[in-house]
Amino acid sequence: MASSGLELLWVSLPQLGKGAAQTLSISLLSIAFSTLGGVLYGVLRTLDHKWLNAVLRLYLELFRAIPVLVWLYLLFFGFPIFFGISIPSFTCAVLVLSLWGASEVGEVVRGALHSLPRGQREAGLSIGLSDPQLYGYVLLPQALKRMTPPTINVYTRIIKTSSLAVLIGVVDVIKVGQQIIERTYESVLIYGALFLFFFFICYPLSAASRVLERRWTQA
Amino acid sequence: MTLDYAFILSTLPAFLKAVGVTLQVGLIAIATSLLVALINATILVFRTPYLQRLIGLYVELARNTPLLIQLFFVYFALPALGLKISGFAAAIITMTFLGGAYLTEVLRAGVEAVPTAQLESGRSIGLSHWQLLRHVILPQAGILSLPSLFANFIFLLKETTVVSAVAVPEILYTTKSYIALYYKTYEMLAVLTLICVLLFLPLSLLLSRLERRLQHGQFGS
Amino acid sequence: MSALIEFQGFNKFFGEQQVLKDIDLKVAQGEVVVILGPSGCGKSTLLRCLNGLEKAHGGHLRFAGRELLDKATDWRQVRQDIGMVFQSYHLFPHMSVLDNILLGPLKVQKRDRREARAQAEALLERVGLLDKRDAFPRQLSGGQQQRIAIVRSLCMNPQVMLFDEVTAALDPEMVKEVLQVIQGLARDGMTLLIVTHEMAFARAVADRIVFMDAGRILEQHPPETFFTNPRTARAQQFLEKFSFVEALPKKAPTKELELL
Repeated sequence: MASSGLELLWVSLPQLGKGAAQTLSISLLSIAFSTLGGVLYGVLRTLDHKWLNAVLRLYLELFRAIPVLVWLYLLFFGFPIFFGISIPSFTCAVLVLSLWGASEVGEVVRGALHSLPRGQREAGLSIGLSDPQLYGYVLLPQALKRMTPPTINVYTRIIKTSSLAVLIGVVDVIKVGQQIIERTYESVLIYGALFLFFFFICYPLSAASRVLERRWTQA
Repeated sequence: MTLDYAFILSTLPAFLKAVGVTLQVGLIAIATSLLVALINATILVFRTPYLQRLIGLYVELARNTPLLIQLFFVYFALPALGLKISGFAAAIITMTFLGGAYLTEVLRAGVEAVPTAQLESGRSIGLSHWQLLRHVILPQAGILSLPSLFANFIFLLKETTVVSAVAVPEILYTTKSYIALYYKTYEMLAVLTLICVLLFLPLSLLLSRLERRLQHGQFGS
Repeated sequence: MSALIEFQGFNKFFGEQQVLKDIDLKVAQGEVVVILGPSGCGKSTLLRCLNGLEKAHGGHLRFAGRELLDKATDWRQVRQDIGMVFQSYHLFPHMSVLDNILLGPLKVQKRDRREARAQAEALLERVGLLDKRDAFPRQLSGGQQQRIAIVRSLCMNPQVMLFDEVTAALDPEMVKEVLQVIQGLARDGMTLLIVTHEMAFARAVADRIVFMDAGRILEQHPPETFFTNPRTARAQQFLEKFSFVEALPKKAPTKELELL
């Protein structure tokens, strides 16, 4: 007996919860993979091998030139054509968001590593550190503070962009919301709730990023 | 894997039109966002506390929510309150809402980056508020903001693909329609990819060049 | 006696420009060689080729008999035998002094922690900075940081130490403390290659002066010979610039003082 207003929201909570879980899973998985991929990209770019650099730059430019939503469609419709099997939309969303996110985080990491004084690398090499040791003990720890605020901003964008997954059929919080609207016509309420849902997740992250940036640029 | 080139050629007029729509939506959104941002920046320069906080709230709301949700709200929810809007109009309104917030932030940063010494020397030669704004603050803030502004313009242009969700016939929507009609998925996706690369790659390369040239200018002066 | 370090017909390019031309240089064990020359003559580059921070483009470079310009060269091992100290010290700011010093011995040489720490503390004691072992670089002065940078390299037990203008970035009052450490190393018989602008120091500590200009070695002499009787015109010009300050005439007393 779905009525209107906040009562409707309360009753729909379990459903919306399931949808939210999808949205958040996609976001969190993508954030995790993006971070790993991004650090890898950033480190590899600073190693400055000629052809590796070219490949990575091509990857970056492709994800910059082609909007994320287009990538979602390319993979979702193109995958079956190339590989014969269809890919579940959830996996497709995580894949695209991870690859795109990794390029964004990667550029942040690369910029942070690049901004370190060149002497740090030379001093590390001069005491015989190998490349993995150099990055692990000397360069990445120092880059960490510079990387974190911009990376949090990328995370925020990943969460917002995960909303596009509904357009390739993922039953996320938006889809659930739309199903409720179909039954009850409460579009203002539901879309308003969805608006606030994303806002209350993303705003704290943005604020945290700003606080950290201010605090750490004094160091 | 061979492409049906004949088919591709037959769709080119439609895609050209779609590119036109993409550019239309994008450029109008850029213009309106810039207008909103300029108004906001002017208000921010004069530091009225109540309005400053209001603009801050607007920026946070617009930047921390997805474009898609904003779009759905305007297109689906507002009619429930009596306003019926076309997909195109909803797209423009939403993108102005989002773009205005981003550009406001860019201009705000640009204004704050103008050294206070400039304001002081301007005042000391007797410039009024408006003159200060026109001749000292905005030109310098403008140049400092240029790369950021351009980057956000490109961003807005790329985000037009999202408005395909409300049936605006830009490039993605057109691609989807043709796939649904003719099942030439591979060909249509190839065309879409090519258009994106041709349209957006030169812009991002231009942005890199702009950033580099402006860096030189700053250190040289 | 075969040399510990030997450059033979050594060449290096930066793109089109040749920065090191046919360098022939032998350094014996225990020798202190000071390299002097005008800016851009290639002296720092020469040093940096020795521990692999710069790549060579021709000729030979031998260390303890082994040819280094070889694809199979393990530069990590070479860098443990040839330590380097930089103008801007480059201590790791996110680590304490002790951690800075122990990073190499523990992670690269895989030594026992107690043994490495004992050596680190002994070296810190020797340069007078044992009480700073838990401090962070940003809490220390330039002279203190440079001394710790030297300790950091020494703790790897190198056979050779390279010093690249290590006092150039220091406030004058801190130069002495660093030079004293280097003097101590020279007295203990360590092989040192030093690039510096401190002429008096060069004169006092060097066994041999190597004078470079435009990528070539122009002169190699014991310090007294070089400073009192340089053979080439370039060396004479170079030394004359440095003696300018010492040779300035004293300011004439003013008329008021004369009246007094």
